[in-house]
This record gives sequence, structure tokens and C-alpha cells, in this order.
Amino acid sequence: MSVPAGIKPDIARLPRRMPGRAPAFAAALIIGLLLAFSASGYHLFQYAQVLIYMIALIGLNLLTGFNGSISLGHGAFFAIGGYGAAILMAHLSVPWWLTLPIMAGLCFIAGFGFGMPALRLEGLYLALATFALAITMPGILNYKRFDAFTGGTSGLQVDKPKVPLHLPINQDQFLFLCCLAAALVMLFIAQNLVSGRVGRAMVALRDHPVAAQTMGINSAMVKATCFGIAALYAGVAGALDAALVGFVAPDSYSVFLSLSLLVGMVVGGLGSLWGMLAGAIFIEFVPNLADSFSDMFGESAKALPWAVYGVFLIAILLLAPHGIAGALRRLVTSVRDMMAKASSRPATELPAISVGNQPAEPNHRTTQGS
Amino acid sequence: MTAFLNQCFSGLAMGGIFAILALSLVMIFQATALLNFAQGEMAMASTYLAWQLIQHRVPYWLAFFLTVILSFAAGVLIERLIIRRFASAPVLTVVIVFIALVFIIDSVVGWIFGYQLQEFPSPFPDHNWFNNPLVSSHQSGILLVTLIVMAVVWAFFRFTTLGLAMRAAAQNPASSRLVGIKVGWMLALGWGLAAAIGSIAGMMAAPLVYLDPSMMSSLLLYGFAGAVLGGINNPWGAVLGGLIVGVSVNLVGAYLVGTQLQLAVALTMIIGVLLVRPSGLFGRTIVTRV
Repeated sequence: MSVPAGIKPDIARLPRRMPGRAPAFAAALIIGLLLAFSASGYHLFQYAQVLIYMIALIGLNLLTGFNGSISLGHGAFFAIGGYGAAILMAHLSVPWWLTLPIMAGLCFIAGFGFGMPALRLEGLYLALATFALAITMPGILNYKRFDAFTGGTSGLQVDKPKVPLHLPINQDQFLFLCCLAAALVMLFIAQNLVSGRVGRAMVALRDHPVAAQTMGINSAMVKATCFGIAALYAGVAGALDAALVGFVAPDSYSVFLSLSLLVGMVVGGLGSLWGMLAGAIFIEFVPNLADSFSDMFGESAKALPWAVYGVFLIAILLLAPHGIAGALRRLVTSVRDMMAKASSRPATELPAISVGNQPAEPNHRTTQGS
Repeated sequence: MTAFLNQCFSGLAMGGIFAILALSLVMIFQATALLNFAQGEMAMASTYLAWQLIQHRVPYWLAFFLTVILSFAAGVLIERLIIRRFASAPVLTVVIVFIALVFIIDSVVGWIFGYQLQEFPSPFPDHNWFNNPLVSSHQSGILLVTLIVMAVVWAFFRFTTLGLAMRAAAQNPASSRLVGIKVGWMLALGWGLAAAIGSIAGMMAAPLVYLDPSMMSSLLLYGFAGAVLGGINNPWGAVLGGLIVGVSVNLVGAYLVGTQLQLAVALTMIIGVLLVRPSGLFGRTIVTRV
């Protein structure tokens, strides 16, 4: 596939062959195992939730960071995953681990189906359509005629997965390790996806849709597939979440879930897959500031973390548009530059380094003209 | 038959609220080509302000106009302080800024006023006007207010120099700047107007849906549906779109799918219109050069 000169730089920006991918995964695994055998039950629950958010955020980032489509309704697919898994477990007694691939497939189809028409819309309109989906979702889950399946407003209780094979670990540790495994596998898949042909097509469509189409990329197909994959990630995350929490209710999937996923993605860094871990940590632990806030300012200040969210968001957009991952990378680059200067290496090498290390930015060329 | 007409009229009244909200969305879209996802929260905050004033025994209409004026000022401030900084940012960034505004407004209001439902008074009498059996006075009052808002907005843009300047700034910023119009301020005024109009929608809706920090989120969706249906760049289309959405959502909800799926109807309408006729019923089609 020959590449026109115009989009070469953007493709060069892709994390193509990640040096040191194995060490990163090994480190994550070791840290995860250390945590699993040192942290208390409640903390493990929180860490597991972080990993679940991370999975959902990776999916969202594939869509937004790499394909440039805005989704304000990612929580809706999270909800489908969660409810679907809960219904399968509670009504059809499907084992919980089997719900993951089933919900992955189902959410891919749902996402593809929603994405096919919706992705003909650009920028703002796609944001609007997905926003509408996010607002509508709790109402659909509440719908009276589905009560037999969904349990209505009171939600659905499921049995938490039991530790298999008499392994010498408790339930919290088991669930955490399952989430860890799932997160690493999903991350691995995502990395392969973006460094492969599909990933290049996604980025090309984000950066220059006209040129990409001229080169024979089927825009509608790639975009809808990407939407489907993003939904798949959300679905897996939702299904894991249902198993971890053991309970689903319409309230847990309000529009704020979708919006906080968006926050997590921006905080973590658009176009950075590992950055999603930082984003997930942010959305899991900032609401926990709630208690300390309410101690200081009274009961109703429980809501204030959302204000913190908002202020953080604006600050990040102004100060570090590429999120935590981008800021770290910039730090690393500038330290490297300084070291390079100190050892007075030829300066010609520097721009190449900084370009190659720049995270993929969300692109606007698609939307600027409209 | 009476029941059916009742449904129609209550749909029309809700449609009036959607129409005002849609009008405020169009204000910002015309000025800056952005969909303001924070419009609902802004209106909600304004409504709380009015409620607070009324709690302090300020007469209703005085509170009403004070709220409109203060909301206008707040809208201008939001534009000058926050939105301005993202004027040349990509769409995604601006959308996220709006979401951030939603978070901030929602939680600050929740912090100050709490999350329990509050009753909000209606300025219109308890008994139906002219003893008609169909429309409550608040419902007809909403329609009346909708018409007045429309007329005022129309007159403002048609007969005042400022309105003309705002239209010019929206249509051709570069040339407007050349003839001495302060385009930046026109955008801020657009935000102010949108906030003011939105506050009216909030105050009209609150007696029906009760006051609560999340009261506007579903109303905003209907407002979007109205704006998109009528054409997001046409104020009158948006008003008509809002009324159509009100009636059709109410009728479909009452006779076909039940009230719980009314939002899904709005969702379907938004996506349907965007797919079939993205410019809406009365909007201008914009062709862009690539």
C-alpha cells in the first residue's frame, strides 16, 4: 500500500513496533500479583474496578483517539454488557466467564448496528446522537415490559463468581486477577489492532478522510467496525463489572457514566492506550474524595467531586491536551533533550525523536471545514 | 376525543418549553456553530436562582426578569472566561469543555441547594382560563410565553442595530470585523441571549417537572430533537420543531409505547432526521469545500 506524502507523518506517529512491550506487560503483571496478595478486600475491589474502567476506556480511545469519532454514549454499551451478562447469569444460569465472549459479540453487533447509520454524522452530530443514546439508556432499562428480565428499577442481583478448583485465594483476589488478565489481554489486542492495517486505516480516516477514501479505505465500514470494537470493549467491561459487583440497576448506567468515561479518556490521554490506566485510576478514585469533601463542607458536598472533574477537565485541556500520558511523554522527551544537549549530541536527531514520540492527537481537519 | 385533545394540548405546552430551549440552542449554534450540551444545566441553575429569589419573597415576575437578566450576564461570563479560550480548538475539545461545564454546574448547584425535589410556583392562576375543559392555565401560559419570546427575539434581530450586528457577525465574521463590529463581543452576547432564553424554558418547565438538579437533562434532549428537526440554523424552524416534538412525543408516549420510552422516541427522531435530512425541515443546507 503506497502512502501519499501528505499523511506520512501521521502514520509515522503511530506506535508501530513498540519497543519494550513485553517488559511493560511483565511489570504490570508483577505489580498486579503483588497487589493481589498484599491489598485488602475492599482495595482489591477498587483496583479491579480500575481495570474494568481501563478496558472500557481503551475501547473509547480506539474510537476517539485513533478514529476521531466522538462518543458521549459509551456508557450505554457498558450498560448492555452489564445487563446482558446479568440476565444470562440470573435467568439462563450461564457461567459468568462465558458471558464475557457472548457480551463482547453482542455489543460488537450493537455497536456496529448503531455506528453504521450514526457514523455518517460528523463531529458534533455524532456527539449529539450518542449523547441521546446515553440519556435514553436508563429509561430503556427501566421499561416496564422488560421488567421480567431486567428487574425494573430495583435491578438484578447475580451470584458473584466462585473461586474455581479450590485455588488457595479468596474471592476478591480471584476477581481482581480475572480483571487483570482481561485488561492485559484487551490491551494487547488493542495495541496489535492499532499497529496493524485496521489501525492505520482508522488513523488515516481521522486525519484525512478524503485522502483515505481515495486510497480505497471503505470509510463507513472502517468507522462502523471501529465503533463496534469500541462497544465490544465497553461490553466486556460491563459484563466484568456485573460479575464483580454482583448487581446491576438502571441508576448505575446514567448519562454520568458515559460522561465520566469521556473524562477518564481525556485525563489519561487521547491516543495513548497505557494512559487509560491513569484515566481509569482518576475516575475510580476522584469520587472517593467525596467523603473527605462531605466531611469538610457538609453532606450535600458529596457532589463536589464532579466539580473537581469539571475543573480538572478544563485545566487539562488548557495545560496538557494529551492527558497524563502526553504530559509524561513530554517530560521524558524534554529530559532526553536536555541530556542530549548536555552530551552535545548533534541536534539534527532531536526533532525526529520528538515527532516519533508525540501521541496521536485528536484531529480536527475532519471537522474544521464544516 | 377530549382525552386526545387533552394530550395534544399538554404536548403542545411541553413543546413550547422544548421550543424555547431549542431556540436557545440555535442562538449558540448560529453564533459559533456549536451544540451547547451544557444548555440544560445552565437553564437549571437559572431556575434555582429564580426559586431562591421567590423563597425570599420576591414577587414572581420580578424574580422572573431578574433571573433572565442575571442568566444573561452569566452566559456572557461563561463565554468570555471559558469558551473563548477554545475558540480555535477541535470539535472534540469543545464538546469536552461543555461536558466539563455540565459537571461543574450540576455539582455546584447540588452542593448549594441539595438534591431533593422542590416545588416551583406557576405564575398563572389555578383554574383554567375561560373555564375551558382542555388546557390548564399553566399550559396556555407556556404557549403564550413561547410566543412572546419568539416575538421579542424576532424584533431584536430585525429592528435593533445590535441584532443586525450579531447577525452580521455570525454570517461573515471577517467582513463584520472590517466594518467595526466587535465580533468577539457578539459571540458573548449570543451566549448571554441563549442563557437568558434557556432560563425562561427552565422556569416554565419547573412547575411541571419539579425542581431538581437533573431536571433538564431529558428536556435538553427534546430541545435538541426540536432544534434538529426544525433545522439547527433556523430559529423559527427550531421553535416549530420543538412544538412538533412536544406533541408527537406526547401522543406516541400516550398511545403507542408508554411514557417510559418517550426519550427513545426523541432519540429515534434525532437520528432519523440527521440521517434523512441533516439540515432539518427548514434549515439551510450548507455545502463545504474540502
